[in-house]
Amino acid sequence: MRGITFDIAHLLAGSLVLVSFLELYQDRLYALLNVYAAHAFILAASVAWQALAQDAPHLYVTAAIALVFKAIVIPVALHRIIVRLGIHREIEKVVGVGFAMLAGIGLVALAMVVMLRVTQEADPLAREDLAFALSVVLLGLLMMVTRRNAVSQVVGFMSLENGLVLAATGAKGMPLVVEISVAFSILIAFIVIGIFLFRIRERFDTVDVQILSAFRGERQ
Amino acid sequence: MIFNALAGVLGIPVFAAALFAALPNYRLTARLNIAATTLTLICALSLFLAKPQPGVYLLVDDLNGTFIVLTTFVGFTTSIFSASYIGHELEIGRLTPPFVRFYHSMYQVLMFAMNLALVANNIGLMWVAIELATLTTVMMVGIYRTHEALEAAWKYFILGSVGIALALFGTILVYMAARPVVGEGIDAMMWSKLVTRASAFDPALLDLAFIFLLLGYGTKIGLAPLHAWLPDAHAEGPTPISAVLSGLLLNVALYALLRFKMLLAVNPEAIAPGPLMVTLGLTSLVFAAFMLYRRRDIKRMFAYSSIEHMGIITFAFGMGGPLANFAGLLHMTMHSLTKSAIFFAVGHVAQVKGTQRIADMGGLTETNPVLGWTLILGVIAIAGLPPLGIFMSEFLVVSSTFARAPVLALVLVFGILVGLAALFLRLDTIAFGEPRGPAAEARASYMPMFAHLALVLIGGVYLPPALVGWFEGVAKLLG
Repeated sequence: MRGITFDIAHLLAGSLVLVSFLELYQDRLYALLNVYAAHAFILAASVAWQALAQDAPHLYVTAAIALVFKAIVIPVALHRIIVRLGIHREIEKVVGVGFAMLAGIGLVALAMVVMLRVTQEADPLAREDLAFALSVVLLGLLMMVTRRNAVSQVVGFMSLENGLVLAATGAKGMPLVVEISVAFSILIAFIVIGIFLFRIRERFDTVDVQILSAFRGERQ
Repeated sequence: MIFNALAGVLGIPVFAAALFAALPNYRLTARLNIAATTLTLICALSLFLAKPQPGVYLLVDDLNGTFIVLTTFVGFTTSIFSASYIGHELEIGRLTPPFVRFYHSMYQVLMFAMNLALVANNIGLMWVAIELATLTTVMMVGIYRTHEALEAAWKYFILGSVGIALALFGTILVYMAARPVVGEGIDAMMWSKLVTRASAFDPALLDLAFIFLLLGYGTKIGLAPLHAWLPDAHAEGPTPISAVLSGLLLNVALYALLRFKMLLAVNPEAIAPGPLMVTLGLTSLVFAAFMLYRRRDIKRMFAYSSIEHMGIITFAFGMGGPLANFAGLLHMTMHSLTKSAIFFAVGHVAQVKGTQRIADMGGLTETNPVLGWTLILGVIAIAGLPPLGIFMSEFLVVSSTFARAPVLALVLVFGILVGLAALFLRLDTIAFGEPRGPAAEARASYMPMFAHLALVLIGGVYLPPALVGWFEGVAKLLG
C-alpha cells in the first residue's frame, strides 16, 4: 500500500484538514463559502482517489455527489440566500481567531493521538484517513460552537459531514457509503435550500442565532 | 405470509404517507391515519406468531420485537388522540388544511422510520432510519411556525444532526473493527453476524466506537448534558408529536445504543459500557429532577420528566444483569405508556385552557373533572407511586441496585424523590386551587389515555407470567 497511491491519499486527506483550518478563521461569509467549496472539491478528489485505489466504482457516485452537490450547488444556493437576506457583512464570533486556531490545533493533536493509537492493526491508509477524518469532524464541531451566525453554523456542519464521508470511504469495502452520503445530502438540502433560513429570516429578521436564543427557555 | 407481516410493518406506513400527501380531505385522512396505524399494529403483533428468518437487511428477534410492539401500539393510540387534537387545532385556526395534510403524511413517515430503525439488521441502515426519524420530527416540531416553534426546531435540528453525525463516526469505527474478522462488505455491518463474532474484534477500536455512539445516540435519547434540544422540541411541537417523541423516539435511540452495548459485552477485552451509561443516566436523573422545580410550561415540565426517566432506564441497562435489565425493560414500557397518556391529557388541557402556562390553568378538577383526574392519575403514575406500573419498575431498579452498589442506589432514590416532590408541587396548582382560565367543555378522545393508564395499572398490580417470561428472555439476551 506504500508508494504513490498512499502518498496521494495522504496528501488529499491532509489538505482537507488544512482547508478546515482555513474555514476556521474566515470572517466574511462569501469567503467562507468559497473555502467551503474548496473543502468539498478536495473531498471529491479524495473520494475519487479512494475509488481508484480500492477499485470500488460505486465510490465514484459519492465523489460525484460531493463535486456537484457540495462543491457547486450548495455554495451557490447559500450565496444567493446571503444576497437575498442582505447579510454579507462580517461574521460575529464568540471567540477570537487566535483562540479558535489554538483550540483547532489541540483538537487535531487529540485526533491523531487517539486514532493512531487505537488503529495500530488496521492498514496504514485507512488508519491515516480515519485520523484525518476525526480531525475534520472535530474542527467542524469547533466551528459550529464558535460561530453564532446560522449560515456559518451550517457550513460548520457540512464540513463536519465531509469528514464523515472521508472516514466512510477510507474504511475499505464499507457498504452503504453511497446511501449514507445521499442521506446526508438530503439532510443538508433540507435546511440549506431553505425552509429554515427563509422562515428564520421572515420571522426573526435575522439569521444571527444569538438573537434566536433570546426566545429560548421559559416563556413569561 | 411470514415475510408479509414484516413488509406490512414497513410498507403500510410508506403507502399511507404517500396516500395522505395526495388526499386533500383532512377528516378522511385523520380516520385513515387511525386505520393505517391499526393495520401496522396487527402486522407487528403477527410477527410474534411466526418469527421471520433474519435477512441481510432486516431482522426480528426477541429484543426488537418488544420495541416494535410498543412502538406500533403507542403509534396507534396516538393517532386516535391526534385525530381529535388536530381537529381542534384546525377549528381555532392554529393549523391550516395544507399543514394538516403534511402533518399526517409526516406522521406515517415517522412511523416508518422508527419501525425501520428497529428491524434493521444493518448498522448503516439503522443509522439512516434514525436520521430520517430525526428529520421528520424536526419538521413536525416547527409546524406552527411561531418564534418559539422555529427556534425549537432549529435547535433540535442542529443538536440532533451533530448527534447523528457522531453516531455515524461510531458506526464507521464498528465496521473498521469488524472488517478484519468478519470480512469486507455487507457482512461486517450485519447485526446477526457482528454479535456472534464480536469477541474477536479489536477492543481499542470498539471502545472508541462506543464512546462516539454513546455521545451520538445519547443526544437522541436526551441524556444530560446532551439534552438541550429536548424540552424545546416537546414544548413547541404539536402535542401528539410530544407524545410520540417521549414515548417512542427516545426508546428507538436507546435501542440502538443497547445493540452496540451487546457487542461490547461479548468482547472480553473491551471496556465495560455499563459505568459510562450509569454515570450519564444518574446525571440525567438528578439534573432533570431539579430542573422540574422551575418549570412554568406544562409540556416543558413533562419533557424534563422524560429526561429523568430516560436517565433511570439508561442507568438500569448500564447496571446490567438479568434483574436490572428486566427492570429497565419494564420501566421503559411503563414510561412510554404513562408519558404518552400524560401528553394526551396535557394536549386537551392546553386546548381547553388556551395556554400551556401552568399558572393559568388552575383548578382543573373543578372545571374539567374527567381531564383533571386523568392527569392526576397520570402524574401519580409517572411520579412512581404504588400501585401503578412505574412504582413496580422503579422498585425493581432500586432494589437490584441496592444489592450491588448501595451508594448508587441512594443517589437514584434521592433523584426520584426530588422529582416526585416537584411534580406534586406543580400538580397542586394545576389540578386544585382557584379555577382559572376558560372552563370550556373538552371534546377529548379519552379512550387512548384510559387504555394506557389501565395497562399501567394492570402492570403495577399483576404482570402476566407470559410477559415476565418474555422480558426475562430479552434481559438475558442483553447480558
